[in-house]
Amino acid sequence: MANRIMQEHDMRIVSARQRIIKGGVKFFTYAFLIFIAIVVLFPFYWMVISSLKTIEEYRLNIPTFFPKKIMFSNYLRAFTTANLGRLFVNTMIVGVASTLLSLVITVLSAFAFARLEFKGRDMMFALLLATMMIPGELFTITNYATVTQLGWMNTYKVLIIPFLVSVFYIYLLRQNFLQIPNELYLAAKVDGTSDIKYLWRVMVPLSLPTLISITILKMMGAWNSYIWPRLVANDEAHRLITNGLRNAFTQASGDVDYPLQMAAVAIVSIPLFLVFIFLRKYIMAGVSRSGIKG
Amino acid sequence: MVDSKQQWKAWLYLAPAIVLLLIFTVWPIINTVRMSLLENYKSLEAVRGATFQFGFGNFQKVLEYKRFVQCLKTTTLLCVLTVPISTILALLIAVALNSIKFLQKGLQTIFFLPYVTNSIAIGMVFAAMFNIVGLRNGLNGETIADTWGIINNVIMFFGAEPINWINYGSSYAANIAVMTVYIVWNALPFKILILLGGLQSINKQYYEAARVDGTPRRRVFSKITVPLLSPMLAYVVITGFIGGFKEYTSIVGVFGDTMGPAGDKGRLNTMVGFIYDALESNNQGRASAGALILFGIILVVTLINGYVSKKKVHY
Repeated sequence: MANRIMQEHDMRIVSARQRIIKGGVKFFTYAFLIFIAIVVLFPFYWMVISSLKTIEEYRLNIPTFFPKKIMFSNYLRAFTTANLGRLFVNTMIVGVASTLLSLVITVLSAFAFARLEFKGRDMMFALLLATMMIPGELFTITNYATVTQLGWMNTYKVLIIPFLVSVFYIYLLRQNFLQIPNELYLAAKVDGTSDIKYLWRVMVPLSLPTLISITILKMMGAWNSYIWPRLVANDEAHRLITNGLRNAFTQASGDVDYPLQMAAVAIVSIPLFLVFIFLRKYIMAGVSRSGIKG
Repeated sequence: MVDSKQQWKAWLYLAPAIVLLLIFTVWPIINTVRMSLLENYKSLEAVRGATFQFGFGNFQKVLEYKRFVQCLKTTTLLCVLTVPISTILALLIAVALNSIKFLQKGLQTIFFLPYVTNSIAIGMVFAAMFNIVGLRNGLNGETIADTWGIINNVIMFFGAEPINWINYGSSYAANIAVMTVYIVWNALPFKILILLGGLQSINKQYYEAARVDGTPRRRVFSKITVPLLSPMLAYVVITGFIGGFKEYTSIVGVFGDTMGPAGDKGRLNTMVGFIYDALESNNQGRASAGALILFGIILVVTLINGYVSKKKVHY
């Protein structure tokens, strides 16, 4: 009898200890996650408050964590100094045109690979996938020579056409098309529906999430592209936003007007955040299948 | 049912893709190999009718070139530092996120934010955080500055000496440290996304069984979570290495086109940077050889990873 009471007592101690451990683990889990969240967010916070400071306040020996005088005018000055309006228009032209054309090419190719039967289909598809392993720099060397010979330097064409075909997007959309039952296609054929009409009415609506993912990634690609535009289209009329941003704020003395620069960085970052907030689901779905930035 | 109508229709639909791929993908592959095997190939001279001898001189020159060795060293160092750090950190974060309910979605969104950024733009923010303004020697030989930068302010708050991270006279180790922090910060979102997705698809029964057996947490982690997550771990490690060997724009973001602190241009140049430098100085033969070496490295890393995965990964 006494023994049983002792056992119950022991068990109660054990379960109390377990509860304490559990609580401790939970506490440390949250502490760890919140610490990381602060580290992740800090650069954004620093960008925003720096962009709102006067240059004198920015250069204070002891930093302020909230601007004493909020300088919204920094944003206006940054916008004009870096000529961001022009850069923005250029980037949108390239982004929209390359996205639309790329979508058409991707849909047609994915349809051919998923639905039509032709000689050498599987081998060709395998070859296409194999090119995905090759680093892009390898193509750039020759493409640079090609576009020079074509006389495309400093045009919109040179920023749009070389990257219209993405094997990865074709692959992604083909997988999606394959899930749509073939009977639908055959039924449409019996009804005499044309391929294009069928694509537009059935395939495209059914794979809309993938198409939206592709659109976002492609637009973000134009927004973030740096190396290729710097090589082939670095004139005022065609320069893209990232290129304009990097060097606009270094003065002849080598000093940088940081508040202005941070304002420009914020202006460039805000559209990306807006897209992210509204289309998070599609971005995360696209990214988790790709592993490719932009 | 391969009928001829489907045949020509298929080729018609594929035509735009095929034409573009032939010009901008297939031809470059052939041409890069060709240029790399022609001694000292320069396309400007080739246009004028110069001929080049066949040989492996470009590869030899690239490998003997001191700057290339420096680029290879920096690239490899950054890979070896950032891939393990970001993978382990992402694994810890993903496991922690998976174990909570309250705030899970919100934190997940915050952790994904660095992904949707412009790596040049945010690189400039990191540069501002590490930057020292007006660094100079004081009257008594002590170093003084107008602004130490927020990172140094934090370091000094804890009583340590400020460090010259990225300015004139900074050390290579300090530069690498800054780049490691930035690249890890940038690499976390993708890895967390993939690993969390993997964790959520692990069958809950394994954990139930472990709980019934009273298995300690650490054993659950090492014997259930990690093995069942190994395909995703292999995936983030391999994409991490491939991305790491192509590192370039993040360094431009922090250090600018000069790829190094003031007074030491090109110190942090990478493999990709080397290829572009060779291209911009019109040295296509050397650029091609560099690109093929980069491709070779990526291929070898992929194969090693595939081999290790086959032995260690549980599918």
